[in-house]
Amino acid sequence: MSLGGAGGAGGAGAGAARATHPLLAPNPGLRRRKLMNRAMEGAATLAALIAVAVLALVILSVLVKGISAINLDFFVKGPAPFGQSGGGIANSIVGTALLVAMASVVAVPVGILVGIHTSEFARPATAASIRFALDILNGVPTIVTGIFVFGLLVVGHVQSGYAGAFALAIIMLPIVARSAHEVLSLVPSSLREASLALGVRRWRTVLTIVVPTAASGLVTGALLAVARVAGETAPLLFTSSIASTLVSTNPSQALASIPVSIFTLSEEASPAAHAQAWAAALLLIFLVVILNVIARALFGRSRTRLGATR
Amino acid sequence: MNPDGHTEQQAEMSEQPLQTPRILPRHHEGASAETPAAESDAGSANGGAAPAATRTVQLEGLRAFYGNAEQVKGIDLEFKANQVTAIIGPSGCGKSTMIRCINRMHEEIPGARAEGRVLLDGIDVYGESVDVVAVRRAIGMVFQKPNPFPTMSIFDNVASGLRLTGARRRGEQLHAKVESALAGAGLLDEVKDRLSEPGIGLSGGQQQRLCIARSLAVDPEVILMDEPCSALDPIATLKIEELIDELKTRVTIVIVTHNMQQAARVADRTAFMLDGRLIEVGPTQEMFTTPSDVRTEEYVTGKFG
Repeated sequence: MSLGGAGGAGGAGAGAARATHPLLAPNPGLRRRKLMNRAMEGAATLAALIAVAVLALVILSVLVKGISAINLDFFVKGPAPFGQSGGGIANSIVGTALLVAMASVVAVPVGILVGIHTSEFARPATAASIRFALDILNGVPTIVTGIFVFGLLVVGHVQSGYAGAFALAIIMLPIVARSAHEVLSLVPSSLREASLALGVRRWRTVLTIVVPTAASGLVTGALLAVARVAGETAPLLFTSSIASTLVSTNPSQALASIPVSIFTLSEEASPAAHAQAWAAALLLIFLVVILNVIARALFGRSRTRLGATR
Repeated sequence: MNPDGHTEQQAEMSEQPLQTPRILPRHHEGASAETPAAESDAGSANGGAAPAATRTVQLEGLRAFYGNAEQVKGIDLEFKANQVTAIIGPSGCGKSTMIRCINRMHEEIPGARAEGRVLLDGIDVYGESVDVVAVRRAIGMVFQKPNPFPTMSIFDNVASGLRLTGARRRGEQLHAKVESALAGAGLLDEVKDRLSEPGIGLSGGQQQRLCIARSLAVDPEVILMDEPCSALDPIATLKIEELIDELKTRVTIVIVTHNMQQAARVADRTAFMLDGRLIEVGPTQEMFTTPSDVRTEEYVTGKFG
């Protein structure tokens, strides 16, 4: 039966033809389904808005409460002696920089090597169990890491920058290793094959082809790990919190740090100290945001590079 | 090395009347005249072992496995010096696996292994004293999709094989080598003014010729091509095919292709594989006009596959 024939025959009874057409068949649930669709869409959008709003709220309130305490002294002076006003957190800024740098020097190379092992050399089963172990390590509460390092390096000795950096390194390691594994896995296997087929040995292929191709992704992972530990407080409370108020670069003594300072300043009585705690929080957020933005930009670049070869 | 034993073997191996008179004299001239020219051209005076390089590959009872699955089920086949041999057959028949056994790339896949012998110039590439790196330098490979190294310039891509395999060449020598490889791949004129630009900035066809240049730069005896044109447009494909015709004076070429017209255009001999087995091999023209096996006939006439 052709459509033309049906149309001609149905010329008189158009209503009957319409009722039987599947596109126009009566559909009692249609209205309800459309409403449901709208409602679900609305709920998801709302949830997304709330998440963004929470971030905005945190940043805004820290900004409002902390901005007043930000001045040059805040960055270049140590805390004011007891009972006096003014001063700053220069000792904490230097201390955090040093702690994070020392932790990175240990954790980034080791983490990237672990990622290279799981992505390039280990057999799939081995790699999976190593990654599982890294996930567990990543899930260990940082206070536990802190107390472990306390027992290992501080008990019987003194608190030190080394101990604090070691605790931070333990926290960084799984983050760096996992992200290194992920970005190395993104390198197309066709590049490894091309290199191996030229007669290049496996380790050399990894070092000269795979790692450079993933380089910006590896840096991204390292930066995100830095951003993460820059704000860690718990592991430093046990290991590097009883610090001098003077700017110190000696890691064999406890080093001050921004997150620990936020904690101690907020415990003090004076409103000026509270304002400084907020200002320190503002500085920390600013650092973390900057690190994240750089990391994202770098990763975007590496993705375009990888995409070009797919 | 045992050249005498090798020639005997070769004589035994050629059981089929393979060579058409058209090809035989030409490639003999080509082999003797072109080789020294190409080498002095490239400025490499280290090719002392050249006489033994007959550029012939023989497969003897080659079997390849992925885990317990046998993908290539015992193949005896000879790739003659300075000829183009096309491997045709339906998807999954083991063509790619088979050629990946020739330069030992098959074993790079976890759980994969090969049995049997693959002889290059009469020497088993799976032999105990043979280094896999030497095998892959002697037997280059070009892949389905162009895969230049994205972090490297055009120049560095071509130089990569020389630099990364420990063959230290410096300055002018390296430069001459890279240029001759690019010229060999028919790419030099198009890129000579932008050698320092990234290799992935080239068009798909140019990228594939860059990959061919990259494998030529280490002076291979054999080049394996695994569907080298499947990602390219017809014009780029034509250029690669013309290139293959020029290259066979320098190297022995094995090309896997899904495109039977391509096999007919570029190959001196064609081998038809089915389900991991070699069904038939012979001069390309015979394979497409008067195949002796009914399955070959059905495949080349498009009845299946």
